[in-house]
Amino acid sequence: MSVTATIRIQEADFDAAQEIAALTRGRTDIGAVVTFSGICRGSENGEPIAALTLEHYPGMAEAEIGRHADEALSRWPLQGLTIIHRFGRIAPGENIVLVVTASPHRQAAFEAAEFLMDYLKTNAPFWKREESQKGTSWIEARDHDDAAAARWTKS
Amino acid sequence: MKVKYFAWVRERVGVAEEAVEPPADVRTVSDLIGWLSSRGETYAHAFEKPKVIRAAIDHAHVKQDAVIAGAREIAFFPPMTGG
Repeated sequence: MSVTATIRIQEADFDAAQEIAALTRGRTDIGAVVTFSGICRGSENGEPIAALTLEHYPGMAEAEIGRHADEALSRWPLQGLTIIHRFGRIAPGENIVLVVTASPHRQAAFEAAEFLMDYLKTNAPFWKREESQKGTSWIEARDHDDAAAARWTKS
Repeated sequence: MKVKYFAWVRERVGVAEEAVEPPADVRTVSDLIGWLSSRGETYAHAFEKPKVIRAAIDHAHVKQDAVIAGAREIAFFPPMTGG
């Protein structure tokens, strides 16, 4: 059975439990579901922040995440995959991103979710700007995120 | 072709997108960065560290040596910080 990923780029919040239920409802073949939720922290580099604003590249965001979803589906025996990435203003404690992977056994679900998050961090066209008392500034990319993505490259 | 800018590249250039018609000797993404940089101070500021700038042609990441012939939409942006 071919699996189609559900990919949504949206300003609205999401409900992780509802997304898991949507993947597993009425099925008895799924043995493992892994979810990753990325949540807005209330501080960046030790400084409190008021909110993040996420800018994205409409069209490319869907295309790029779709390419990585297809790669995950080809590398791991997944039975379901949902990726949601929010844009716009997000306050501390609110959701930013969700990855849900379903497979017969846990290893594939864990690995695929980690692979997807590592690639979303470095390749999905989103940019975070932080608001704090000092004003607003763009968050800089981190070298360790590049290193995390690089370890999935097939040699 | 259409050129789009995102995040601080967009802020420095001062527009989110524009139509450009570079001369024929502008063959690659790198050439286009050089040509855009020569258009004024805002562009020169946005592209002052060209190695930092990432590019996409028609919604796919490309390296700066990519040829731009046939591109409908080219985007320039800083390293991504999503997820």
